[in-house]
Amino acid sequence: MALDSKIPKGPLADKWTNHKNNINLVNPANKRLIDVIVVGTGLAGGSAAATLAELGYNVKAFCFQDSPRRAHSIAAQGGINAAKNYQGDGDSTYRLFYDTVKGGDYRSREANVHRLAEVSTNIIDQCVAQGVPFARDYGGLLDNRSFGGVLVSRTFYAKGQTGQQLLLGAYSAMNRQIGRGKIKMYTRHEMLDVVIVDGKARGIIARNLVTGEIERHSAHAVVLGTGGYGNAFYLSTYAMGSNVTAAWKAHKRGAYFANPCYTQIHPTCIPVSGDHQSKLTLMSESLRNDGRIWVPKHKKDVEAIREGRLKPTQLAEEDRDYYLERRYPAFGNLVPRDVASRAAKERCDAGYGVNKTGEAVYLDFASAFMRYGKEQAHVKGLDENDEALVKKLGQEIVRNKYGNLFQMYEKIVDQNPYETPMMIYPAVHYTMGGIWVDYNLMTSVPGLYAIGEANFSDHGANRLGASALMQGLADGYFVLPYTIGDYLADDIRTGPISTDSKEFDEAEKNVTEVINKLINNNGTKSVDHFHKRLGKIMWNKCGMARNEKDLKEAIAEIAELRAEFWKDVKIPGEANEYNEELAKAGRVADFLELGELFAKDALVREESAGGHFREEYQTPEGEAMRRKEFQFVSAWEYKGEPKDAVLHKEDLVYENIEVKERSYK
Amino acid sequence: MSGILNSSIGRKFAMALSALFLMIFLLQHFAINILSVFSPDTFNEASHFMGTFWAVQYLLQPVLIFGVIFHFVMGFVLEINNNKARKVSYAKSKGSANSSWMSRNMLLTGLVILAFMVLHFIDFWIPEINVKYIQGDMSGLINPDAADSGFRYYEELHHKFESPLRVGAYVIAFILLSLHLLHGFNSAFQSVGANNKYTKGLKGFSKVYAIGIPLGFIFIALFHHLNH
Amino acid sequence: MNLTLKIWRQKNANDKGKIVDYKVNDVSPDMSFLEMLDVLNQDLIDKGEEPVAFDHDCREGICGSCSMYVNGQAHGPDSMVTVCQLHMRSFNDGDTIYIEPWRATAFPVIKDLIVDRSAFDRIQHAGGFISVNTSGNTQDANAIPIEKENADRAFDAATCIGCGACVASCKNSSAMLFVSAKVSQFALLPQGQVEATDRVLNMVKQMDEEGFGNCTNTGACEVECPKGISLENIARMNREYLKASLKG
Repeated sequence: MALDSKIPKGPLADKWTNHKNNINLVNPANKRLIDVIVVGTGLAGGSAAATLAELGYNVKAFCFQDSPRRAHSIAAQGGINAAKNYQGDGDSTYRLFYDTVKGGDYRSREANVHRLAEVSTNIIDQCVAQGVPFARDYGGLLDNRSFGGVLVSRTFYAKGQTGQQLLLGAYSAMNRQIGRGKIKMYTRHEMLDVVIVDGKARGIIARNLVTGEIERHSAHAVVLGTGGYGNAFYLSTYAMGSNVTAAWKAHKRGAYFANPCYTQIHPTCIPVSGDHQSKLTLMSESLRNDGRIWVPKHKKDVEAIREGRLKPTQLAEEDRDYYLERRYPAFGNLVPRDVASRAAKERCDAGYGVNKTGEAVYLDFASAFMRYGKEQAHVKGLDENDEALVKKLGQEIVRNKYGNLFQMYEKIVDQNPYETPMMIYPAVHYTMGGIWVDYNLMTSVPGLYAIGEANFSDHGANRLGASALMQGLADGYFVLPYTIGDYLADDIRTGPISTDSKEFDEAEKNVTEVINKLINNNGTKSVDHFHKRLGKIMWNKCGMARNEKDLKEAIAEIAELRAEFWKDVKIPGEANEYNEELAKAGRVADFLELGELFAKDALVREESAGGHFREEYQTPEGEAMRRKEFQFVSAWEYKGEPKDAVLHKEDLVYENIEVKERSYK
Repeated sequence: MSGILNSSIGRKFAMALSALFLMIFLLQHFAINILSVFSPDTFNEASHFMGTFWAVQYLLQPVLIFGVIFHFVMGFVLEINNNKARKVSYAKSKGSANSSWMSRNMLLTGLVILAFMVLHFIDFWIPEINVKYIQGDMSGLINPDAADSGFRYYEELHHKFESPLRVGAYVIAFILLSLHLLHGFNSAFQSVGANNKYTKGLKGFSKVYAIGIPLGFIFIALFHHLNH
Repeated sequence: MNLTLKIWRQKNANDKGKIVDYKVNDVSPDMSFLEMLDVLNQDLIDKGEEPVAFDHDCREGICGSCSMYVNGQAHGPDSMVTVCQLHMRSFNDGDTIYIEPWRATAFPVIKDLIVDRSAFDRIQHAGGFISVNTSGNTQDANAIPIEKENADRAFDAATCIGCGACVASCKNSSAMLFVSAKVSQFALLPQGQVEATDRVLNMVKQMDEEGFGNCTNTGACEVECPKGISLENIARMNREYLKASLKG
């Protein structure tokens, strides 16, 4: 099947408007006759479910958590971008579009990104109308901050809890529809298969996680807003339950999986403290507005710090290496995430890491304290030369901006970041890759849609900070509800989809067989055992820097590990009860397949772009070397084993942006 | 407005209003009693006025009795409902980590106060009703047949505090009243919605009231006891 | 360090349940409380026993899934943290730790330490929203300036993570702090005014129907709330409710 991205004709800025004007609509009376299943209730799924229900469709929404409010979008900290230009600093739809395409290292679709930039402003309006309490200035107007990879302040925020506030906004919109009976909410349910009838997605098989019951649910279309697959790395900033299962099952039913190797490794996370670690915690990118990243200039100081003989605060200014400011003077500490992460890895690999394991760099707020403090002292008419006073005043300002993050850091690390610099290290944070979708967000399976992080479309090879929230809500509130109508317009006379069909029988049988196999396996090792081993392979061989040899090894090792998993995994308890080990096993089984495809994709992509860095393809200064011949989307078709997956290429055409060297110097 | 007393917040509000009313009464009661320390005559006059003025006797007194009964009946109703809200209790619970003893034991302190009120009624209120409305003696005199025998109120009060047992019971009851008020006063304001940056001063005042008024009553009891 | 755990085990909603003793050894002070339980569970699986079931997801204190009554306190002894962010450095070698599920009639136990908190969702369905459709034509976000102080207070109320620690630590299992946080968030914003009357009446009605107890202002909820939601919100809800009741 050839990939048709269905990008509308016409000038870039008019594509979305024209497309909306030309697609089919479903009249309000007919919407009542149409059912839509939405899997996942994060920003994308939640906003889509609410909006589809508002429009009049009958929505069934599913989440594996005990409430839609717990989806992992809630953990997003820093903010959401929108081209409002409230700061008057030269922002525009075009500039947001340009920054996003460049930030993505010229590996995303122009038309999708431009649409994203267009609707970004609507998102802010919508959220404010819903009662989302964004940060405001003393004039009562919305405040903005700056994020990596851009030269304007366009990020709206709610302290360090922007994701929480936006998700609760979407959740409240859902609640209104649940109260009206337009959304039927299934919590503690996990989707385990998509059902395809006559080539169209017509339902799902879900497991009730409390009773273990396998359920059939039918609809005229199925929407997946099930997030990313970073937990393939075991340690990540994802939630413990985040998984690829829904996306992977869709892949197995015919949805192409695009660019699986594009993974974002976030530069500012709390370093790993030991083998017991179950997850990593992010420190928002917004901290790089005020924090400066450094390591000692000299090895002897590194030694002294690691052994506890020297405190970082004692190190003289000239003995510090602010390596981001040194290497990237134009963007300094606010370079994009992929660049910042690689730079941290470079310093740590060279032996300058500052914690015991040598895998940490400093994020230092000392100069921000002084800068803000001086300003405050001036405003309040106090002594600007009183260092202690200035520091105290400055700390107050920083506390107001990032208080909860500092508190979180202190709780986890047991060090006071107001007194000593934070220690940070990169960690897996987001996956730009995902299910392939066309301009309408439909996958290669008719009637099956993917939105938010679950799809691949907008961020190319690297996502800019504060763009994930923007994309999730754009897809759910403003894009999918329009585009899905075009497809559903053909279904107004279809009537309810029966779940008594051979397709449902077959799908349910598949699911039950896998569960029975897992529960009766009687192996010797726990699910986590395999998950941790997979994570090690992924991190060491498919992590921040990749090469052909490692990737080939990874492919072989993951395949072996998968075989061992199916032979030797041990799951206690029964299938017909609440059984977290069983649920985890299903997810890890899918990660074990995805991981191999991931490595295979990384192997095929013989270039460096954004989050994908191949050691063989770098400039003499160690920057990523993009290659013209790889200006395409890799969309993989499932053919049984991951090694048999077939590559389809969607060429990326840049008509409005000149593809240049991506420089932040 | 209908059914407000069936709602959780409505009941809480009613509880608070009756509490605030009782606290105003308590203040008034204290103001008259403390006169007995400084001037038996003024005390007698005030007592006689309160005991014979129609609005106090036929309007405020029934309202007060209703207020007391309402406050404790509602207290029980809420307690029963609240117990139903947690049918299985914790094996280990550390209430002291997050709340004051007073706030967790309003029922206990309330019951002691209730018991005290029974004693107090037997001591003062029932004899008073008996004299005034059963025997029909509205004169307030020690000897109703002798106009110059003087008012009886101070004498009765003074006499009651002769027994150390009774004084002891009064002191204990007032300590528990203080504990009850230490939580209750502030709580009433919270219940009617008065808790914001403008009401910080109220908290200080409520503490002074909750400690000061019961302490004052204890002082009065001890004063009379020690002056025998 | 080595610890003795006394954990509530209950197979399902119909099971009676009981406290079972476990030992865990070699616990690192840098572990989170849940990572300590991971160690116990790994051990149980290796021994062929069923692991302890508990709700958890983000493990960074924001999703509100985790819910354990640890040594007599919701989310354990540390303040302003959820149990996933409670670290073992808060305990000493040789300690005995009680671990129980939230106890409230409105939160029935599903298994072990997992409770059903859907009552919270139903309260939100009753009015925890502002009725605005996704049209893309709502007025500009800066059309109504909002006093910074009110915006900040609305935000503070909105940081509630819906974990249920307030209900768990209240001696009356009252849900007032949770409900008042949502009522307050909208009461403090101009956008929330239009539906203010119905919102507070409907949410309180649903709260009462779910079988939560009444607030007696002990303040335990505020102390145990991992997000520090203030009691002022309950006072504000009381005001809003009375105002709404008078209106009808």
